[in-house]
Amino acid sequence: MNFSKSFRNTFLVILLSLIVSACATKKTTTTVEGQMQGDVYTGTDTVKYLADGVPDRVFFATNESILTTKSRDTLRKQANWLRENSSINVVVEGHADERGTREYNLALGERRANAAKDYLITYGISADRISVISYGKERPVDSGSNPLSWSKNRRSVTVKAN
Amino acid sequence: MIRIFNLFFIIFFLLSAKAYSLIEIDITRGNLDPLPIAVSPLFQDDSSKRNSINELKIENVGSEISLVVENNLKISGLFNPISKEAFLQKPDIAHLKPRFEDWALIKAQALITGKVTIEDKKLKVEFRLWDILAGREMMALAFTTVPSNWRRVGHIISDKVYERLTGEKGYFDTRIIYVSEEGPKTARVKKLAIMDQDGFNTKYLTLGNELVLTPRFNPTSQMVTYLSYFKNLPRVYLLDIETGTQEVVGDFPGMTFAPRFSPDGKKIIMSFAKDGNSDIYTMDLENRIVERITNHPSIDTSPSYSPDNRFITFNSDRSGFQQIYVMKSDGSNVKRISFGKGLYGTPVWSPRGDLIAFTKLHKGKFYIGVMRTDGSGERLLTENYYQEAPSWSPNGRVLIFYRETKSNDKGEGFSAKLWSIDLTGYNERQVQTETDASDPSWSSLLSN
Repeated sequence: MNFSKSFRNTFLVILLSLIVSACATKKTTTTVEGQMQGDVYTGTDTVKYLADGVPDRVFFATNESILTTKSRDTLRKQANWLRENSSINVVVEGHADERGTREYNLALGERRANAAKDYLITYGISADRISVISYGKERPVDSGSNPLSWSKNRRSVTVKAN
Repeated sequence: MIRIFNLFFIIFFLLSAKAYSLIEIDITRGNLDPLPIAVSPLFQDDSSKRNSINELKIENVGSEISLVVENNLKISGLFNPISKEAFLQKPDIAHLKPRFEDWALIKAQALITGKVTIEDKKLKVEFRLWDILAGREMMALAFTTVPSNWRRVGHIISDKVYERLTGEKGYFDTRIIYVSEEGPKTARVKKLAIMDQDGFNTKYLTLGNELVLTPRFNPTSQMVTYLSYFKNLPRVYLLDIETGTQEVVGDFPGMTFAPRFSPDGKKIIMSFAKDGNSDIYTMDLENRIVERITNHPSIDTSPSYSPDNRFITFNSDRSGFQQIYVMKSDGSNVKRISFGKGLYGTPVWSPRGDLIAFTKLHKGKFYIGVMRTDGSGERLLTENYYQEAPSWSPNGRVLIFYRETKSNDKGEGFSAKLWSIDLTGYNERQVQTETDASDPSWSSLLSN
C-alpha cells in the first residue's frame, strides 16, 4: 500500500513535469520558431488589414525580393479587394532591415515594393492605381536588434493612397 | 619613433652641413609615440582683451585659440600637447625668443607661440613654430580676419603646423555635414546638420519635417547634394549652404538617391530606381544633360568618382550579392574588384587616388576597410556591430563614418554616432555631435 502510494506520487510528479516541459517547449516554439520560416516572418504581430481578411503586408528573406507562397496568397487577397474597390489607389512601401548599408537598402526596398506591385498587376490591377516608395531601413516597425525583429521589418506594405 | 628621428638627424647631419629641421612626423604608419608639443597661449595685451570682451564676449581669445590648436593636434593622434601648467616661460616673452632649455626641460620637442590683437573690429594673429632641440624657428605666419572667425584661425594654425611637420596638407579648417537623428527608431526625426570638424559651430539646415539622408559636399564646400523625402517623393536635391536655396536634381519619374559630386564639381552622380531596378546616372549641373552610366537588371548604387574624373567605383549585386566594381566614367570596362568573403558596399575613392574605402559585412559584423583600386591589398581598419559609410578627410589620411549600437528587444540602447579612424587603423575616436548622428561627409579645406 505504502509502496503503491509512493509509486503513484512519483508517477504524478513525472507526469506533471512532462506537462510543464511540454508547455515550455510549446511556448518557445510559438514565440520564435513559429513566427519565422527560414528567415521570413510568418507571424501576425505587426500586420494590419486593408479590409476584413486582407492583410496589408508581406515579408521577405534577407537580401531577397522573392515572394513566398504565403506572400502571393496575401497579394491575391489584396488584388481581389482592389478589384472590388476600384476607386481606391494604393502605395506599396518597400522596407529593409537595419543590417545593410543605407543606400543599398533603399534600392532593395524599391525592388521589394515593385515585386509586390508586379504581382498585383498580374492579378488585374491597373499599374496606374499603384505607386511605390522605398524607405530602405528608415522606418522599421520593430525596433529590436534580433533576427525576429529584422524579419518583421523586411516587408512591403500596401497602404491606401486616398 | 622620436629616437629614430634623432638617429636620423645625426646621420643626416654627418652627411650634410646644411641646417635641417629636426622634427618631422611620419604619418604613413600608426603613430604610437606622438610628438610632445607645447602650445603656448597666444599673447594678448590689455587693450585687446577689452576689445575681445566687447566683440566676442571672450576675455582671452588668444588663450582660446591656443586651445583649439591643442585639441586639433591631440585628436590627430600625431601630437601629444603638454599641459600648460608645466610651462615655465610667459607667452609674450616666449613669442619673442623662447628659452629653449626651459621648453626642453618639460620635454617639448616643438613649441607654438603667438600674439593676437583686436583693433578696429579686426583680429590680427601671428604665430611661430619652434624646433626646441635644434633651437630655432621653423615657421612664422601672420594673418588678419574678422574677430568672429577666431576658431577658424585656430584651425588654420593647426593646418600650417601639421603641414610643416608631416609634409602633407592638414584637415582641420574643414567642416562635416551629417544627418542629425532624434527620437525612437521607429519614428526617427532626421535633419541636415553642419559643424566644424572639431564638433563646434553646429547649425541645422533642415527642420526635420521630412526625412533627409546622405548629404555630400561639392569640392568648394559651398554646395551639398542629398536625398530628401520632401512631399514623400524621395529625390536628390542640391542645396547652396550659403544662400539656403535648394532644387531637385533632374526630372526623374521615380526615386533618385546615393548622390555625390564629381571631383570637378560639374556633375552629380546618383542612382535612379525604376520598376525595381536601380542604375547609375549623371546630371551635368551646367547644361542639365542627364546621362545613363549603367544599364543592368541588378542594383547599381553608391557611385563615387576617382579624383581625376576618369573612373567610377560603385556597388552592385550583379554577381548575386553586393560587391564593389570599377568602370570608366562613361560606363565601359566594368570590373569587379572585391573578392573577399562577405558583402561589400559604399565604395568611396580616396582624394589621393590610390585607395577605395568601403563597408564590409561578414558573419554578422561590419567593417570599415580600404583596398587598392584594383581590389588588391584589402585592409580592414575597424570591426563593429554596425558601422558604414566612410568619408575621407581632404588629405586622404583619416576616415569618418557612423556607427550604430545594438538595441534590446524593446528597442532601448540604440544610438548612432560619428567616429573617425586613421588610414593606419590607429587613432579610432568618437566625433562629438550635439545629437545622434549618421551619414557624415567631410568638406575640402576651406582656406587655400
